[in-house]
Amino acid sequence: MIQIDNLQKYFGQLHVLRGIDLQVKKGEVLSVIGASGSGKSTLLYCINGLEQIQGGTITVDGVEVHDKGTDLNKLRQSMGMVFQQWNSFPHLTAIENVALAPKIVKKKSKSEAIEIAKKQLVHVGLEEKLNVYPSELSGGQQQRLAIARALAMDPQYMLFDEATSALDPELVGEVLETMRLLAEEGMTMICVTHEMGFARDVSDRVAFFNDGVIEEIDTAENIFENPKSELTQKFLSKVR
Amino acid sequence: MFDYNFHWRPVLKSLPDLLEASLVTLQVAVLSMIIGIVIGLFLSVLKLKARGPLKWFATCWIELARNTPALFQLFFFGFGLGALGIHLTPFFIVLAGLSFNNAGYLAENFRGGFNAIPETQLKAARSLGMTLWHAYTRILVPQVLRIVYYPMTNQFVWAVLMSSLGMLVGFRELSGETQFFASKTYRIFEYFAAAAIIYYIMVKLILFISKLLATRLFRY
Repeated sequence: MIQIDNLQKYFGQLHVLRGIDLQVKKGEVLSVIGASGSGKSTLLYCINGLEQIQGGTITVDGVEVHDKGTDLNKLRQSMGMVFQQWNSFPHLTAIENVALAPKIVKKKSKSEAIEIAKKQLVHVGLEEKLNVYPSELSGGQQQRLAIARALAMDPQYMLFDEATSALDPELVGEVLETMRLLAEEGMTMICVTHEMGFARDVSDRVAFFNDGVIEEIDTAENIFENPKSELTQKFLSKVR
Repeated sequence: MFDYNFHWRPVLKSLPDLLEASLVTLQVAVLSMIIGIVIGLFLSVLKLKARGPLKWFATCWIELARNTPALFQLFFFGFGLGALGIHLTPFFIVLAGLSFNNAGYLAENFRGGFNAIPETQLKAARSLGMTLWHAYTRILVPQVLRIVYYPMTNQFVWAVLMSSLGMLVGFRELSGETQFFASKTYRIFEYFAAAAIIYYIMVKLILFISKLLATRLFRY
């Protein structure tokens, strides 16, 4: 379980997250929606310790992320992250991209790591691209590669940071399809997204972010059919 | 016209010695590049990421290496350290001088290389649980070396040519050896002409091999 209490985050003078309280249970899919600059992505970076926080706590399976004694490298193995810019490692082939972390972080043998990588590349539908360099893959394929790379660490949670917003429109579908597949398999996911259709169909709950606070959080159905907050209504009327 | 008679026979006779000395040149250049690359990488990271004394240390090294004559740098490791009672052999004077110089120049190249890589590459590596060391050695540095491959080749050529300064601290690399035979036989023009040709061929070979290597190494 991910438990966030009164999270405060500043970038210099800028107060980006103003007291976030949030709970994500095992197996839950949470979509985070809201305007750009509302702090959605920053929240993800804070959850896996890529960003420092200035107040509050984030606890993942009982481990406090920003505690000085926390082994972040170990904690991050339980949280896969997929970025807006897909960030495949350009100097490695698809299979090397996926096999690298299991090999050097989890100390798997080379053949084991390759096995894991193969399995995950098949999982995301890239079985025909094993030995191809990322430069020869489309954006959608690179993003699926990034998903496979995160899955290869056998994470308990997956964090998606606008995984489709840098993609050409015709490539968005295949990535969403992969994410949908993961959700069906029971993966716990936090998806920062601008894809309202995805948020509505796939997530259990949806959080609407506004100006560094969670304005409203509820089941997908309630948020989309019956939003309580005026700001949520306004936002949804604009993106629909 | 002019009344200088060329005598190439002594040059031909000592050609094996010159070729052997050119291997010494290559050896010191290669070693100085390896040391220069390793130190240069650390310097560039320190200059980019460190604060306080470490950053200052890197900045001073780079400034001195790039903005003072290479000859003076060599003299520092020879006569400078000598005055302090540390006596290096000519080989180590040249190796230290060239490595110092290479590291400074390469550090700036590497810095450009690091800046050319999206910051999110580091984040992606860390998000997989990689340590900072792994993220650098497995993800960032390989990409940097690719980006600065050709500037690095230039620096290697430069190191080969610069090693000729070694003759001024008594090092018997190609130039030192040439000087030795030239002053023994007084066929100064012939010897240095021959040495120039050998340098030229060496550099051309290096450029050729680095091109071949590039097609093997960089398939992406």
